[in-house]
Amino acid sequence: MYVAVKGGERAIENAHRLLANARRGDQTVAEVSLDQISEQLGLAVDRVMSEGSLYDRELASLAIKQARGDLIEAIFLARAFRATMPRFGTSEPVNTGAMRVQRRVSATFKDIPGGQILGPTFDYTHRLLDPSLAEGFVPETPASAEASTAATPRVTDILGRDGLIETSPQAEDGASVGDLTREPLNFPADRDLRLQNLARADEGFLLAMGYSTQRGYGRNHPFVGEIRFGEVEVEFAAEDVGFAVPLGSIELTECQMVNQFKGSTTEAPCFTRGYGLAFGQSERKTMSMALVDRALRARELGEEALAPAQDEEFILSHSDNVQATGFVEHLKLPHYVDFQSELGLLRKLRKEFAETSAGANAPDAMKEAAE
Amino acid sequence: MAVLAHAEAGEIAARLRTILLPGHQDMRAPESGLLMLRGRIGGDGAPFNLGEATVSRAAVRLASGEVGFGYTLGRDGEKARLIALCDALVQSRDFSATVERDVIGPLREQLMVRRKRAAEETAATKVDFYTMVRGEG
Repeated sequence: MYVAVKGGERAIENAHRLLANARRGDQTVAEVSLDQISEQLGLAVDRVMSEGSLYDRELASLAIKQARGDLIEAIFLARAFRATMPRFGTSEPVNTGAMRVQRRVSATFKDIPGGQILGPTFDYTHRLLDPSLAEGFVPETPASAEASTAATPRVTDILGRDGLIETSPQAEDGASVGDLTREPLNFPADRDLRLQNLARADEGFLLAMGYSTQRGYGRNHPFVGEIRFGEVEVEFAAEDVGFAVPLGSIELTECQMVNQFKGSTTEAPCFTRGYGLAFGQSERKTMSMALVDRALRARELGEEALAPAQDEEFILSHSDNVQATGFVEHLKLPHYVDFQSELGLLRKLRKEFAETSAGANAPDAMKEAAE
Repeated sequence: MAVLAHAEAGEIAARLRTILLPGHQDMRAPESGLLMLRGRIGGDGAPFNLGEATVSRAAVRLASGEVGFGYTLGRDGEKARLIALCDALVQSRDFSATVERDVIGPLREQLMVRRKRAAEETAATKVDFYTMVRGEG
């Protein structure tokens, strides 16, 4: 238990001043701007927006600067900021099928309508440090080719036409959409709530849990049906306007995982699915999310749920890095009162132990011990 | 309005300066808040809450009575106000053609050029994978 302490104001104030200086670093070195962070550390910004659950590049860049590059601290700042803002409403669900695709690959089909598009990717790089990036690097102008006007349908929609893959669950009439920022999470949680939790979950945690399913802890035999990254339009049905207003676009990454099939005496066998969606270019995150989403469907699909990744209470309760860091890091705050009571108890136990040991040779004590 | 939402506040303001604007006033002062963004399970299934985005809104009334609404992603309230002003102008018989010709049209053109270039750069990374025949030993 934590009991508040008083005092230390002066030291705290000075510590924060020192922090401000440490954050700035050597003042003969140029200060980093928010534009520089947003433009040149874009994937860090994407991660802070995703896990901070707040799409705003400028705020995420500021959070990264303020947190000295500590992304979990930056995510914490983004979450704290969002808690101060009023909510105007809820967007229309985004249509990822109409995404202006900047990258789109499938590991299951090589010939997909609209084609495989590598886009800006680390894939197929050699992972060798590049000294030319150290200073004054000017990249070559990107190559360009005639753009196709063909649609890029989701790969799962193509498989779905033949009934080879399960269809996405549709909303029941009048069903509300769960929101864990408004209602505390209860178990069992429906898939909408699970996906909301996973979308803002720590990438490292999801990666480890997704990896564990591949290594046999809740194996579900995944293939990447499709990963796509690009811009989608956001619309909001504003009451005062009376129709869905376009608000601009956001960047999203979507991962469709195609998993081991199931069937029964009444249903023909078909592939099952796991789904990942996150702000920005967040491929590792959405792939891990899709693996974990599928693992968490174990009970629904009649599979034995024995592995950690299939345990929704375990996953959903430990996935949030702001909650996790809050509880872990609070241990370093003064616990003097708490610790004093532990110390008192320990001293008492040690005293009793010493007395018992000292009297151990006495016949009465021997008898007592035997009983 | 989609075109305006994709433009920068400064670009809209610069275009509007080329028009002799009618009298107008804020009906709702610009304000910023959040919008919960939704996705769909599997891309095409039941909706779920993905995360929030900052959003700004404003409303403007022309002296002639037309009311325009402005909504945009981000915290730029001035941009929301400019969009609201354009929305009001579009409804005005005297100004709809002018605002389309001098503001929205050029911005649409600019957006299309930007999108076309991005699409062409993306298209250059289109790949054809060949499946190798497995060796016999």
